[in-house]
Order: sequence, then structure tokens, then C-alpha cells
Amino acid sequence: MSHEINPVINMIVFGLFVAFTLFIVFRVSRQKASAAEFYAGSRSFSGPQNGIAISGDYLSAASFLGICGAIAMAGYDGFLYSIGFLVAWLVALLLVAELLRNTGKFTMADVLSFRLNQRPVRLAASLTTLAVCFFYLIAQMAGAGGLVALLLGLEGKLPTALTVVVVGVLMIVYVIVGGMKGTTWVQIIKAVLLVVGVAILAIMVMGRYGFNFSSVLDQAIAMSPDGEAILTPGLKYPNPVDFLSLGLALVLGTAGLPHVLMRFYTVPSGKEARRSVVWAIWIIGIFYVLTLILGYGAAALVGPEVLGDPATPGGENAAAPLLALALGGPVLMAVVSAIAFATILAVVAGLAITAATSFAHDIYASVIRGGEVPADDEVRIARWTVVAIGILAIVGGVVALGQNVAFLVALAFAVAASANLPTILFSLFWRRFNTGGALFSMIGGLAACLILIVLSPAVSGNEKAMFPGADFDLFPLSNPGIVSIPLGFLLGIVGTLVTKPAPEHDVKAAEMEVRAFTGAGAEKGSEH
Amino acid sequence: MSESASLPDPRSSGRDPLGDPSSVGARSLAVQQSEDFQRLRRSFLTFIVPITVLFLVWYLLYVILAGWTHEFFAIKVAGNITVGLLFGFGQVITTFVITMLYRWWADKRYDPHAEAIRAEMESGEILEDSARPAGGQEGELR
Repeated sequence: MSHEINPVINMIVFGLFVAFTLFIVFRVSRQKASAAEFYAGSRSFSGPQNGIAISGDYLSAASFLGICGAIAMAGYDGFLYSIGFLVAWLVALLLVAELLRNTGKFTMADVLSFRLNQRPVRLAASLTTLAVCFFYLIAQMAGAGGLVALLLGLEGKLPTALTVVVVGVLMIVYVIVGGMKGTTWVQIIKAVLLVVGVAILAIMVMGRYGFNFSSVLDQAIAMSPDGEAILTPGLKYPNPVDFLSLGLALVLGTAGLPHVLMRFYTVPSGKEARRSVVWAIWIIGIFYVLTLILGYGAAALVGPEVLGDPATPGGENAAAPLLALALGGPVLMAVVSAIAFATILAVVAGLAITAATSFAHDIYASVIRGGEVPADDEVRIARWTVVAIGILAIVGGVVALGQNVAFLVALAFAVAASANLPTILFSLFWRRFNTGGALFSMIGGLAACLILIVLSPAVSGNEKAMFPGADFDLFPLSNPGIVSIPLGFLLGIVGTLVTKPAPEHDVKAAEMEVRAFTGAGAEKGSEH
Repeated sequence: MSESASLPDPRSSGRDPLGDPSSVGARSLAVQQSEDFQRLRRSFLTFIVPITVLFLVWYLLYVILAGWTHEFFAIKVAGNITVGLLFGFGQVITTFVITMLYRWWADKRYDPHAEAIRAEMESGEILEDSARPAGGQEGELR
């Protein structure tokens, strides 16, 4: 390595980012926020703003560091991942975003409980929401928190754990102080930094090779022990059924991710929700094409041998920062590392506010208190929930440190696709769908995912598993999607057919349908 | 009445944006059964369903080819650019094309139609109108 990692510069750039975002969050915050303000930023964001924030919410450290690293090491298979993440947005755009915005207020459960039996459906939807958020949070905290510690030059268990604590505390502060408005601004700032940073790196890589992508690949092939195999699939996923299962979860999971769904409520209308997804698709699509250049660029300029060396801090995940080091020295690396840090913070903040909203709005206000909640009470509970979730995420993140928890992100997508998406689609498009179907689908889809993942090779039976010593890997695939997603849809149908509809089923179904398709009576934005 | 209406949110606008709450059910049923709304829903589904099937099949084809036909994906087209990379870029491009196509269709075709029915629903006009032959409004929109 020609340059050394410089923790001091890294720390300064990290500090600048944190100071700047905290300043913004305090600027936009209000002590006495209403529910619409705290949960949905008063629905005052424009489509383009929300589109940028959606990309900030969606492009996690797994997308940035994980995919760059996967392409650098295994070539094409990393790209397969990004395609799934991108195409998935069409499901959100065509089938979910606007109709959901037209019928809901703050959470996914709002939409479902519109014409289904409110209490059980809210409880189940909240359960799946909390499960997805929790898996995603732990993966971000453990995987990424650990990486940041390494980039800062902090070695050993205690400093790494300390980084997780800092990430958790910052997350709590952003969300408690800024609510959805503050969280959205953090996501917007991060998305701009991320896309600009990635674009600059990609241009620098291309510049090195006379703006000829084929020459980048030439050098990547020369550096890789696998040679030309990095241009074709199969290095990372030797079992194609396994990838098919993952691909299904990726493409159908996005439109069921609760933190993504919640972003549609921050705009004033269904039309703006549409505009935001259009913006998000462009940003996300361009981003993934750029990561292809970065990934192969890291293979060419850093090399799989350095990245695969156990002595390299961060290993595979450090591909993007090390590429920056090779291209522009310690300062550029510090900037890229700070962007990675920003990415983690923005994503965990989005997850925390989603989980808190789901708990305060669905479980506390509707299930426990039966809808009889004083005005400020619900937001107060939401703020306390953020603290609880933050502590839980810190503890979970510290416990999971050093374990292989990368499968948790894929699991979150599988739960979203199996437990959330079927119910959302059925309640929007199938008049007969009823409470029984929703409960069967949500509980069954969630249970199927959890059971199959526990029995999968991700958890036991091999040296890469979470429990390498144990051996109960009865299910052969590391992602449950191919079984659990069809099951989730099937259970929705079966549950509907075997249970009776509520007495006013037809009237409620009609109202929901008219609202969803025309936007009549949708929650409007408010100015503050 | 919907159940969510039994959960009033005193912090939001205060007035029910759907208009007179006592007739929401009747108006919803009238709108849902009106020829105009049926046509709106049908136009949505005839646009969305084929495109959704198309892009999902196209994506599955890509994943299946990537998984089972490594030799095909390894064919070099120009320099190191393989069939596999072109298929990947093809997915990105179809995603962009479908996105813009939908946006154009929704803005130009769907929104004006939905807007008109929405106004009828919110004002309660639909109940007075239901005797009138459906489709009268449509002429002005096209």
C-alpha cells in the first residue's frame, strides 16, 4: 500500500459531517411537534426532495461498501445484487407508492386497517414492521459500526463497541430532536454526498484508463486470481437456486420495506409520491452503474489479494475506501469513509423513526389505548420508543459484533416480501380480501421466513455460519424467499376464503378503492 | 364509515377531507359502481398489469440466465464487454424506460380522469349525478 490510513484526518471529516447534520437537525426541529410533523415531516417535502431522501434511506452501507467489495472480489455476482435492488423500485412505483399515499397516514398498518379489523391487523403489521427494522438495524450497527471503527484506526473490542454506541446515540439524537423532518434532511445530505462522491471516484477510475471501461476490466482480470471468471456470474453464488431465491426477495421486498413505505407519507399528494419514486429510481440506477465501475476499479487498483488479506482492516468491505486511498491519498479516503459513516447514520435514523412510529401509532395509540390518546401523548411515546430502540440496537449491535450477520439484510427483504407485500397488494387490489387473509399472510409469512432462516446454512452447519459449531441446517438455501414469498401470497388467499368477511365489508372496500384510485380524502400537506 | 375514521387525529386538518362523513359510505358505493370509475380502474389495470408481468418476467429471465447459462453470459461482444454485462445494462435501461413511460401516462392520461372522479366524490355530486348517463364528464377530458 503506497499510503497509510490516517485516522486523524478521518476523524476530522467524520466530526465535520456530524456537526453539520446536527446543526441542520436542530434548525428544523420544533419542541412541540404534532403527529403529522413528527411522523411525516408535515407532508411538506417536494417530490424531488423526497426522491433524494428515499435514495438516502435505501442506499445502505450494504449497497455502497458491500456491493463495491463484492464486485471487487467476485466480479459479476455483486452486480446481480444491484440489479435486483434497482428493478424492485418498479414494483414500488407501479403498484404501491401512490395508492398507499392515497389511503394511509403514517404507517403501513394505516392502509390495512382501513377496511380490515383494526386491532389484530395493526398488531400483526407492527410486528412485521418491527421485525424488518430490527434485523436491518442490527446488520447496519454491527457490520458497519465495526467498519467505521477500523477506518478510524480503532482496534480491539472496546473501541469498536464504543463506535456502535456513538452511532446509536447519534441516531437517537437525530430522530428525537428532528423527527421525520430532521431525519429526512440527514438522508438528503447523505444522498447528495454519496452520489457525488461515488461519481467523482468513478470518473477518476475511468480517467486512469483513458475512459475505456474495457481497459478497467483488463486490469481487473490481470489482478484477480480468478482471471476472466470475474466477468461472469457464479463466483459468489455457485448455487443458482440460492441466487434465484435471493433475487425474488430483493425484487419483491423493496416495496414492502416499512422505512421505504413511510417515506411516501412525507409528500403532500399521491402525485408527489409518484414524482419522488421517479427521482429515486434515477438516482439509485445511476448509483448502481457507478458502483460497477468502482467495484471493478477497486479490483484493478487495489486488487482482490489485498482485499482478501485478513490483515487488511475491513477486508472486502474496505474496497471503496481503499480505492479512494489509491486514487487520491488519505484525504480522499477520509472523505469516502465519512460518506460511509453518513450512510450508516442516515439509514439507522430512518429505521428508528419507522419502528418508533409503528409502535407509538399502531400498538400504543390504537391497540393499547383504543384510539383514545391525547394530542401530545402519542408523539411523546414515539420519542421514548426511539430511546428504547436505540438502546436495543446498541446492545444488539455490540452482541453481534464480529459475527457474520450480513444475512440479516437479505432476511429483512425476505420478510418484507413475504409478510408485507402480499397484504399490501391484496388490500389494494382484491375486493374480497379480509382480516383473516391479512393475519394468515403476515403471521405466516413472517414465521416461515424466521423458521427457514434458522434452519438455513446462514445460521449453522458451516464455518461461515453464525453458529459454526452447531449443525441444524435442514433448509439448503441461505435466503428463504423462494418458499416464503409464494407461501405469504397463498396464505393471504386461503385465509380470506376460510374466514367470514366483516358485516360492513363491501362499503369499506368501496371507500378504500375509491380513495386509493382517485386520491379522494387523502391526507393533505400542511405548512409550518 | 371506515374504522380509521373512528380514530380522529385532532392534530391534522380537523375537517374530514372527504366531506360530509355521514354519506361517505353511500358516495363510495355510488362512485365504485359508476361507469366512470370502472373505466378508470380498468385503464389503470390494463396499463399496469402487462408492464408488471413484463418486467418481472424479464428480471426472472435475467436471473435464470445468469444462474444457469454462464457460457452464454461470458461471450465477449466488444473488448471485455460480455453478454452478461449487456443484459445487466439492459435491466437498468428497461427500468428507466418503464419509469418514464409510467410517469408520462399517469400525468397525462390517468390524473385528469382520477381528478374528476375525486371532485365528484368529495363534493357529493355523485349521489345527485347517478341518474345521469355515465361518461358525460369524460368527453371534456380527452
